[in-house]
Amino acid sequence: MSAVGLKFAPLKSQHVLPGFRLSLGFTIFYLTSLVLIPLLALMLRPFELGLDGVWEAISTPRVLASLRLSFGMALAAAIIDSVFGLIIAWVLVRYRFPGRAILDALIDLPFALPTAVAGIALSTLYAPSGWLGGILAEYGIKVAYTPWGVLIAMVFISLPFTVRTVQPVLAELGKDVEEAAATLGATRVQTISRVMLPMLYPAILTGCAMAFARAVGEYGSIIFLAGNLPGISEIAPLLIVIKLEEFNYAGAAAIGVVMLATSFVMLLALNAIQSWAARRR
Amino acid sequence: MKRIFFLLAVASILAATAAQAANISLLNVSYDPTRELYQQINRAFADQQKAKGDTVTISNSHGGSGSQARSVIDGLQADVVTLALAADIDAIARNGKLLPADWQKRLPQNSSPYTSTVVFLVRKGNPKQIKDWGDLVKPGLQVITPNPKTSGGARWSYLAAWDWAAKQPGGNAQKAKDFVARLYKQVPVLDSGARAATVNFTKRGLGDVLLSWEDEAHLSMKEMGGGAYQIVYPSRSILAEPPVAIVDRIVDRKKTRAVAEAYLRFLYTPQAQEIVARNYFRPRDPAVLAKYGKQFPTLPLATIDKDFGGWAKAQATHFANGGVFDQIYQPGR
Amino acid sequence: MSKRVTKPTEDPLWLKLTLGAVALAFVAVVLVLPLVLVFKEALAGGVDAFFNAMTEPDTLASVKLSLLAAAIAVPLNTVFGIAAAWAIAKFDFRGKTFLVTLIDLPFSVSPVVAGLVYVLIFGNHGWFGSTLADHDIRILFALPGIVLATIFVTFPFVARELIPLMVDQGRDEEEAAATLGASGFRTFLMVTLPNIKWGLLYGILLCNARALGEFGAVSVLSGKIRGETNTMPLHIQLLYDNYDYVGAFAVAALLAMLGLLTLAIKSFLEWRYADELAASHRH
Repeated sequence: MSAVGLKFAPLKSQHVLPGFRLSLGFTIFYLTSLVLIPLLALMLRPFELGLDGVWEAISTPRVLASLRLSFGMALAAAIIDSVFGLIIAWVLVRYRFPGRAILDALIDLPFALPTAVAGIALSTLYAPSGWLGGILAEYGIKVAYTPWGVLIAMVFISLPFTVRTVQPVLAELGKDVEEAAATLGATRVQTISRVMLPMLYPAILTGCAMAFARAVGEYGSIIFLAGNLPGISEIAPLLIVIKLEEFNYAGAAAIGVVMLATSFVMLLALNAIQSWAARRR
Repeated sequence: MKRIFFLLAVASILAATAAQAANISLLNVSYDPTRELYQQINRAFADQQKAKGDTVTISNSHGGSGSQARSVIDGLQADVVTLALAADIDAIARNGKLLPADWQKRLPQNSSPYTSTVVFLVRKGNPKQIKDWGDLVKPGLQVITPNPKTSGGARWSYLAAWDWAAKQPGGNAQKAKDFVARLYKQVPVLDSGARAATVNFTKRGLGDVLLSWEDEAHLSMKEMGGGAYQIVYPSRSILAEPPVAIVDRIVDRKKTRAVAEAYLRFLYTPQAQEIVARNYFRPRDPAVLAKYGKQFPTLPLATIDKDFGGWAKAQATHFANGGVFDQIYQPGR
Repeated sequence: MSKRVTKPTEDPLWLKLTLGAVALAFVAVVLVLPLVLVFKEALAGGVDAFFNAMTEPDTLASVKLSLLAAAIAVPLNTVFGIAAAWAIAKFDFRGKTFLVTLIDLPFSVSPVVAGLVYVLIFGNHGWFGSTLADHDIRILFALPGIVLATIFVTFPFVARELIPLMVDQGRDEEEAAATLGASGFRTFLMVTLPNIKWGLLYGILLCNARALGEFGAVSVLSGKIRGETNTMPLHIQLLYDNYDYVGAFAVAALLAMLGLLTLAIKSFLEWRYADELAASHRH
C-alpha cells in the first residue's frame, strides 16, 4: 500500500486536504481485486494457445466478420444516439411542458429493463407480425432477424448514456454566454451552432464513446432480434458464447481480449481529450 | 430501505438453511425441453421416497445442453446430469474428470431411459406440402432450426438431415454435405436454443417448417393451441438418445450417491416410463410403449453409433471448430 | 393571438416544436413502445393471472435473490464511487486519466465476458478453483458469484456520476473547512456531501436499476437452479421458455416498475427540493 501511496503522491505537497492515501488506496484496492485481476485472468488465458494460436483464433473470416459487424453497428448506433440524445437533452433542459418529468424518467428505462426482456419486446415489435414490423414490411423493409436488428437493439440499450452525459452539462451552461452572443447580434441558430455546441462537444463525445462501448459488448437483447447467421448477423459476443460451448475457453477469451483492448484504447483517448480540454478551459 | 434489505437478507438465509437441514437434496442439471417431464418425475420420486421414510427434494436447472455441461465442469454441484446428447456428458468426463469415461455403460440402454426423434412441425393443412427432407430445400421455403453449436436438439436435426441425404440412391458424404449446406441456406434465423426456435415459429409466425424434437413438437401443439399446427413424420429420421448419469465426484462429496442412483433407476420403472410417455418422450419399456403406440409412429431411424460411428466421431467431424457445419457457413457464400 | 416577444436566449417557436416533436417521436418509438408491449403482454391474461404469476414461490425467490444481490453490490460500489471521486477530484497525481479510464472499463466489457472472467478465476479449472473445492467454498453458482458479477457490471455508475461533478466543484470549500480545523470526515459530511447529494442519489439509483436487471453476466455463473440461484432476469427467461408468457412479462413489468419507481422518487425529490437544487447549481 505504501508503495502505491508513494508512486501516486500528490504533485502539490502543500495540500491541506486529508484522506488522499485512504481514498486512493481503497480505490486501487477495490479496482484491482474486482476488475483488474479478473481481466488479467482473461488476458492471460489466450496465451496458452501461443501467439500464433491467438492470431489464428481471431483472424478467421467468421470472427473478423463478427467483429466488423459488432464494431460497425455499435459506431452507427452511438452516432444515432448522440444526435437524438442531444436533441432529447436539449428539450428536457430548455423546454417546460407537461409530462417532462415522465419523459425524463423514461430515458433510463434501458438500464432498468433486463436486456433479455428488451430483446424479447423488441423482437415482438419488429417481427413481421409485430406492430412496427408489419408497417415496415409494407415498405419492403426487414429489420428483425437481419443486421439492422443488431442496430435497433444497440440504439435502444445505449440511449441513456448519450442523454445523461449531455444533460447535466447543458443544465450547468450559464445563460450569460448565450446572452452575450445574442447581444452581439448573432441569430438564435448561430448562437446554438457556433457558441453552445462547441461547449457541449466534450460531453457529446463522452456520451458517444460510452454508448459505443456499451453497444459493442451487448449480447442479451441482440440475440433475440438478429438472425445470428454466421458472417451476416452474428455478433462477436455470440461467437464468444459459441466458443465456450465448444469448451474453447482460450479462443473465447481471445475474442474477448480484442474487444476489450479496442474499447480501452478508445476510452483512454477520449479521457485524454477530456482532461486536455478541461485544462485548456 | 436499508432495514428492509437487511430483513430480506436474514429471511433468505434462514429460509436457505432451513430447507437444507430437513432433507436430502439433489440437483438435476438438465437441458431445455425436459422441464415439464422432470417436474412430474421429481414429484413421483419424492413421493416414493417419502413412503420409505426419506424426504428428498430435487432441484432442477435447465438450459442449453452444452452450456449446462460447461456449468457442471466449472463447478455447478450437479448430483445427476440429464442432457440432450452423450457428447455433452463425455465432455464432463473428459474436461472435468467428474465421472468415468465409460459412464454410458453403467445404466441400461446407453443410459438413455427415454428416446425421441426429429420431426417437422408445419402450419395446419401443410400449405407448403412438406412431406420429407427433400422438400425442405424447395426454393423460397424457410426452415426454422436452432444453431447446432449451441443447441443439442439441433445437432440431432442436422444429423438426421445428413443421414437422409446419405441414404438416398447414389448418396454419399459429399452429397450429404451439399444437402445440409442447401438446407441451412433456407434458415433465416439461427436461434441459440430449441425453445427460442419454437417461439419464433409459433408466436412470431416465422418460417414454414420447424425441425423439432418429437416431444417438443407435441408440447408446443398443446401449449400454443393444437389447431394451428400439425406434425409431419419424414420417411426416415434419427434415434435421439438423451442420456442420464450420476456425477461421481459430486455425489461422493455430498454423500448422495445412493439416492442419486435410485433416482436414475427410478426413470426406468413402469411408473416413470408412464410419465415419460405422457410427456411425449418415447419410453424404453415395451409394455408402456405398446400402450402409447398410437402417439409414436414407427419409422426407420438412424442411430448415432451405427450410422455416425458414435458421438465422439460425429462431434469431431461435424460440430467441432472448423468441422463440416463451420465449412458450410463460410462467409461470402 | 398577439405576437410574443421571444427573449434572445429562448428558442424560436418553430425550433421548439421541431426539436420537441423529434425528441418525443424518438422516445415514443425507441422506449415507450417496448414498455407498452411489456405491460400489454403481462396483462394479456387479465389482472388475476398477473398477480398469480407474481406470487408464485419461484418468482418470489427470484425477486428476493435479486434484491439481496443488489443490496450487497450497490452499497459497495457507492463507497467505492465516493472514495474514487474524492481521490480524483480533490488531489492531483500522475496517471489520473489512466485511472479514470480503468474505472470506466467495466462499461465496455461485454456482459458475457464479465461472467467469463470470474469463471476463469473461481471455476474448477480456474486459478483458485481447486483450493475452493477442497475447502467446499462455493463462489460460482451461488450468491457470491452472482454478487461479484453484479458488482462488475455496475462498477462505474456511482463513480462516473460523481467524478465530473466533484471535479467541477473544485476543492476550495473543503480546503477552507480543513484549514479551519474540521476533520476529514467532518469536512466530507458537512461540506462535500451536501454539494454532491443529487449526483450521488442519481448514481445509486442507476446502479440499483442496472444491478436488478443484469442478465448476461449473471447467466454465465448462476447455474440457473430454479428457486435457488435464478435472479429475476433469469427467471423471466425461464418462464418465457416455459411458454408462460404472462408470467414472464409480469416479472418483466415488475422490474420495469421498480426502475420507474426509483426514478419517480428521484423526480419527486428534485421537485420537492427544487430551491435547494437551484442554489447548489449556482456554485
